[in-house]
Amino acid sequence: MFDDLRDLYQEVILDHGRKPRNFRRLDDADREGRGDNPMCGDRMELWVKLAPDGRLDDIAFQGKGCAISMASASLMTETVRGKTPEEAKELSDKFRALATTGTCPECGGALADDMERLQVLGGVSEFPSRVKCATLAWHTLNAALDNSGKEASSE
Amino acid sequence: MDGGTPAFDVARIRQDFPILSQKVRGKDLVFLDSGASAQKPRQVIGAMTRMMETSYANVHRGAYHLSEAATEAYESARRAVAGFLNAATEREVVFTNSSTAAINLVAHSYGRGVLRPGDAVLVSEMEHHANFVPWLMLRDAHGIELRIARVTDDGELDLDDLEAKLRDGKVRLAAITHMSNVLGTVTPAERIARLVHAHGAKLLLDGSQAAVHRRVDVQALDCDFYVFTGHKLYGPTGIGVLWARMELLEQMPPFMGGGDMIEEVTLEGYRTAPVPAKFEAGTPPIIEAVGLHAAIDYVQAIGMASIEAHERRLVDHAMRKLSAVEGLRLLGNAQDRGGVFAVSLPNAHSHDLATLLDRVGIAVRSGRHCAEPLHTRFEIESTCRASFGLYTTEGEIDYLAEALGKAREFFG
Repeated sequence: MFDDLRDLYQEVILDHGRKPRNFRRLDDADREGRGDNPMCGDRMELWVKLAPDGRLDDIAFQGKGCAISMASASLMTETVRGKTPEEAKELSDKFRALATTGTCPECGGALADDMERLQVLGGVSEFPSRVKCATLAWHTLNAALDNSGKEASSE
Repeated sequence: MDGGTPAFDVARIRQDFPILSQKVRGKDLVFLDSGASAQKPRQVIGAMTRMMETSYANVHRGAYHLSEAATEAYESARRAVAGFLNAATEREVVFTNSSTAAINLVAHSYGRGVLRPGDAVLVSEMEHHANFVPWLMLRDAHGIELRIARVTDDGELDLDDLEAKLRDGKVRLAAITHMSNVLGTVTPAERIARLVHAHGAKLLLDGSQAAVHRRVDVQALDCDFYVFTGHKLYGPTGIGVLWARMELLEQMPPFMGGGDMIEEVTLEGYRTAPVPAKFEAGTPPIIEAVGLHAAIDYVQAIGMASIEAHERRLVDHAMRKLSAVEGLRLLGNAQDRGGVFAVSLPNAHSHDLATLLDRVGIAVRSGRHCAEPLHTRFEIESTCRASFGLYTTEGEIDYLAEALGKAREFFG
C-alpha cells in the first residue's frame, strides 16, 4: 500500500528515526541552540563542544519529533563532527537546497562525500509540508553556531 | 428506518460536493478533515456566485436598488441563523468572522465591560485554543482568575470538578465546548447550564464542532452565549456567529469601533447603534453571510436529525473498525461522541502517519489540533485526527482502518 513511500522513508531514515545517534545532553557545551517547529510541535535542543582549533569537537541533541526530523538531526550530528563552523554552515546551506529542490547542484565539489550521505533525505522535497521537518536540525545548528540566543524556527 | 427521519442517501449527497470527485496522487480522495474545515456543496458555491453576479453592493448604506437587495440578503441570512439556533429573535444574532472572533468579542466586551478583576472564568481542559487563549489574555490584561475543569480518562467533562470550581460563587462565566474537536465528546450542555446557573454564572458554549452535527436549540440548551463558524458547516470561511441573550448584548459595550456600529458621531463622541449592529463595525462578510445562509438551507433540507443519525452510524462503525487495528491508541471514549477520532500508533509520529495516509488519498489532520493542553492532559505528543462530515461513508472508514493497519507494519 505504501511501497512508493520507501523513497522518503528509506531504511536509514527509519533506523535513525528510531535510534537517533548522539541523542544526549552535552553538559560542557560551548554553544547551544533551540529549535521549534510550531505547526508540528517538534522541539529540539542542540549542544556543540568546540575544539581548541575551533572545529566541532562534539555535538549532541535531544528533542521530540517525527522520523524525518529525528533522522535528519541524527545524520547531521554525525556529518558535522570534526568540521569547522564554516564547513558546517556550508553543509547547512547545501542541505537546505537539497531538501527544498531534491537536487544539490554544487554537491560535487567540496564536502561531496558528506552530501552524499545526506542524500537519503532528498526525497522530502516532494512533500512540501515536510521539508521543514528535515531542515529544523540545521536551522538549530546555525542558531547555535551564531550563538544568537534566539530560538530557531523552521516556519 | 431510524426513528422516522427521512432516508439519507450519501451517494447522492456526495454529488453535491464537486471536490469529492477529485483524485489525489491517483487515488480517490478520502477527505477526513471536515473537523478542521468542511467541503462546500454546489448550493453554497452557487449562492455566493449568484450574489456577486446579480445583487452585490455594500449593506446598510445605499439608498439604491442593489444595496437594498444586498442588505435584504444579509439580513435574511441573520433570520436563517436565528431559525437554525432557535433564537428568540434574529437581533440576538451577531455576525463575526469566525468562532474565534466571536469568542474574542465576548472576552473583550463582556470580559472587560462586565466582569471585574477578581471574578473567575471557568473553561475545561478540552477547549480549543480559540476558547482558551482569549481567557488567558483576559486574565493577564484584566486580572480575572481562570479556572480549568478537568476531563476524565474517558474524555468526559468531569462534572464533579466543574461543580467544585463553581461552588465559591466567584465564577461569573463558564466557557465550555459543546463538542471536543479532539475527543469527539459531546458535552451535556443542559446539565452544565443548570449547574452554572445554579451558581450564578453565565454559560458560553463553543459550538464550532457541535452545530455541524446536532440540532442546536439555544433556548432548550438554556445557554447564554453560543458561537459557531460557517466553514465547518459546509459554508464559506470568513463568517462566524455569536448568539447571546438580548439583555447581555445590550449590557455589553461595543468591541470594535467603526462604521455601521454607531448611531451618531461628533467630534466629541459617539452613540452606539442598537444590537446587533453595535457589534458589527465595518463592512461585514456579506457574501459569506449569503453562503452561510445557503449552507444552513442545505443541511436543513437534508434534516439535522438525518445527519445526526447518519453520523451515529459512522461513529459506531468507526469505533468497531478502529478498535480492531492492533496497537492503535484512540483518545477519548465518551458515551456521547461525534465523528472525531484522534489516534496514534506506536513508533509512528503523527506527521509521518499523515504523510503515509496522504499517499493513499486519505486527508487527516496531524499535530495537536489547537488543543495543546488536552494533549498534555493525555500525555501524548500529537495525534492524527480523522473527522467526518455528512458526506463520509462507511467504506471510507474501512479504507482508513486498513491503511492504519498497513502503516503499523510500515513503521514496525
